[in-house]
Amino acid sequence: MQHIISVLVENKFGVLSRVSGLFSGRGFNIESLSVGPTLDPTVSMMTIVTVGDDRIVEQITKQLNKLVDIIKVVDLTEKEYVERETALIKINTRAEDRAEALRVADIFRAKIVDSTPNTYTIEITGDVKKIDAIINLLRPLGIKELIRTGRIAIAREEVKTVAVKEDKERRVLSQ
Amino acid sequence: MKLSGSHILIECLRREGVEVIFAYPGGVNLPIFDVLYDEKEIQVILCRHEQGGTHMAEGYARATGKPGVVLVTSGPGATNTVTAIVDAYMDSTPLVILTGQVPTKMIGNDAFQEADVVGITRPCTKYNILVKDVNDLAQAVKEAFYIATSGRPGPVLVDLPKDVVLAKTEFKYPDKVYIRSYSPVSKGNKWQIKQAAQEIMKAKRPIIYAGGGVLSSDASQELRELAEMTQIPVTLTLMGLGAFPGSHPLFLGMLGMHGMYWANMSIHNSDLIIAIGARFDDRVTGDVSRFAPHARIVHIDVDPTSIHKVITADVPIVGDAKTILKDLNQILKTSGNGSLGKHKPWMTQIEKWKQEHPLSYDQGEKIIKPQYVIEKIYQATRGNAIISTDVGQHQMWTAQFYKFDRPRTFLNSGGLGTMGYGLPAAIGAQIAYPNEQVVCIAGDGGVIMNIQELATAVQYKLPVKIAIINNKYLGMVRQWQQLFYNGRYSSSYMGDGTDFVKLAEAFGAVGLRATEVGEVDGVLQEAFAVDKPVVIDFQVDQEENCYPMIPAGAAINEMVFSDPEKQKNEKGQREEEKADGVLTA
Repeated sequence: MQHIISVLVENKFGVLSRVSGLFSGRGFNIESLSVGPTLDPTVSMMTIVTVGDDRIVEQITKQLNKLVDIIKVVDLTEKEYVERETALIKINTRAEDRAEALRVADIFRAKIVDSTPNTYTIEITGDVKKIDAIINLLRPLGIKELIRTGRIAIAREEVKTVAVKEDKERRVLSQ
Repeated sequence: MKLSGSHILIECLRREGVEVIFAYPGGVNLPIFDVLYDEKEIQVILCRHEQGGTHMAEGYARATGKPGVVLVTSGPGATNTVTAIVDAYMDSTPLVILTGQVPTKMIGNDAFQEADVVGITRPCTKYNILVKDVNDLAQAVKEAFYIATSGRPGPVLVDLPKDVVLAKTEFKYPDKVYIRSYSPVSKGNKWQIKQAAQEIMKAKRPIIYAGGGVLSSDASQELRELAEMTQIPVTLTLMGLGAFPGSHPLFLGMLGMHGMYWANMSIHNSDLIIAIGARFDDRVTGDVSRFAPHARIVHIDVDPTSIHKVITADVPIVGDAKTILKDLNQILKTSGNGSLGKHKPWMTQIEKWKQEHPLSYDQGEKIIKPQYVIEKIYQATRGNAIISTDVGQHQMWTAQFYKFDRPRTFLNSGGLGTMGYGLPAAIGAQIAYPNEQVVCIAGDGGVIMNIQELATAVQYKLPVKIAIINNKYLGMVRQWQQLFYNGRYSSSYMGDGTDFVKLAEAFGAVGLRATEVGEVDGVLQEAFAVDKPVVIDFQVDQEENCYPMIPAGAAINEMVFSDPEKQKNEKGQREEEKADGVLTA
């Protein structure tokens, strides 16, 4: 099962490598990973999407918690959350396809952010299903290049009893 | 007053109470060695190879409970420590490794003796850090010691570029450390501890399975109290030996692959396993899917990742073993009356298993059996020595035949299984305890891997005794080849070209040899009478195998007790007897 794990980390060099090394060293796969700053400049937030059964994901979250530079780990999949991903899709635009491209973009409320005589670059933001859907519709027109940011996610309500380091113990107990 | 990074570093070590560092100089750490030249409080032990030096620090740390400190240079100096760092990481041994690094401006330029040591050691240290500014140095060192010794202990590496140790700044040592992202749990959850007490009071066939965590948290006394109060038998892991007195009537010996038959049978048939500071290693569990099918499991560990990793615990308790055991004992003392120790039939059953397959070997009249040597060392030291081993058959025989009564007296490489660990670890322990008897029991394979440290032992006049169980083979490899690879001894024969007596003498140590049973006692006496490093070459039975044994992939209750041919004979005999029985009936 897919899990979205939110990881609050110290904004130091080497931290990303510690996190990714933890996954690779144990043969856990990362589907996507995105990192960005938070309101506090000394802290960064990572959103990691990974796949595994409950046992594996429990190990992953515990191992992440164990890393010294990690402040807080939350498995968002255990609760209500909102997720978004952005993709930039560069497509071929032969004259006869342009109208179709614009129509598809319109349906998905995507934007054309760049155009050249032969291409449109479409920006789309949404959940994974939406992005997969627009890709499917644009594919017949000829996708030249595609880039996705990886998912970012945020819990819907304020996070309370989750795998905060201080709560590590309680978390183990609840399982 | 402004101090240089080197002075700050040494001052930090002093404030951490460091008494000895295991070191090897080189280009970029010369400024630090220059400061050490005038240092009176900290003893510097010059190892002969950085791996040896780091194993010495491990031996020192395991024997004392204090962190072992290593100082090496950049590049090859640092990479040579890696095996020992992984070893310490696997066995939760607290180390602080200080590595020199090329000046910050040259990092990443393929400078002379440059290696990305922080990168290389990232997955095998509890934490590591490259100090890029002399103003961060004191904080980094303070944190290194705190992280290495708190929670589940482990190695921490601090990488020190040359310009950083040369730069000057005001020295301020932080009194306290607070790391917002690191806060090991020490006190166990009260409710869970109560649950554990309930389980103990209900159990009919309980067993305590304790490991190295008991030693790390200095909880031997509490463990003993728990066992004696509840009359629950105790089995220890390889790493845990010494945590419970080896000669105690409730002690079942080591469990696992080469553990005691009765310990394994007790685990398998128990209805409650109280795991304390142990992590259900594969060498302990055998086939996990068939491990202890009827047992409820209480699992006490300071590391949350150890819990539910291999075996799902019914009562998980995260925290420090000593604190938790104190609380648990308190509860049992007040509410356990009448319901404790009521498992006589269980103890009778365990006694029966003990009778069924006692530990044994056949010591003939001439050829020395390796187990005999271990027993003799046990007698000669009155069970009171600090023993280190290498890895292999001799390690298992030591674990089986030497009864460790005191904590921190058995030093060996459990998790990683590092050959070459024994000799340097013994040196580290001897430095910590100059007046104790320290014996390294090694194989003829492993001892060669760090034999250069004999020079260190001689230089510092350390009276370590090195007993080589010399069977001319990589014994455990040969045993597996015999049992599982049709006796094809591929690359496991070491030959008998090495003269260990002369080798010892070349290093300036004393060399002794025993080739027959009758010589063992005398040679040991002679060795212990000398106040110098002594190497004893015990030429033992070349094809003795280590039993009992759980073959790979088998369950913990499926032990094998002797060689296949012998088994066949025994089985044949039994069948004949049976047939006789039928006929006469």
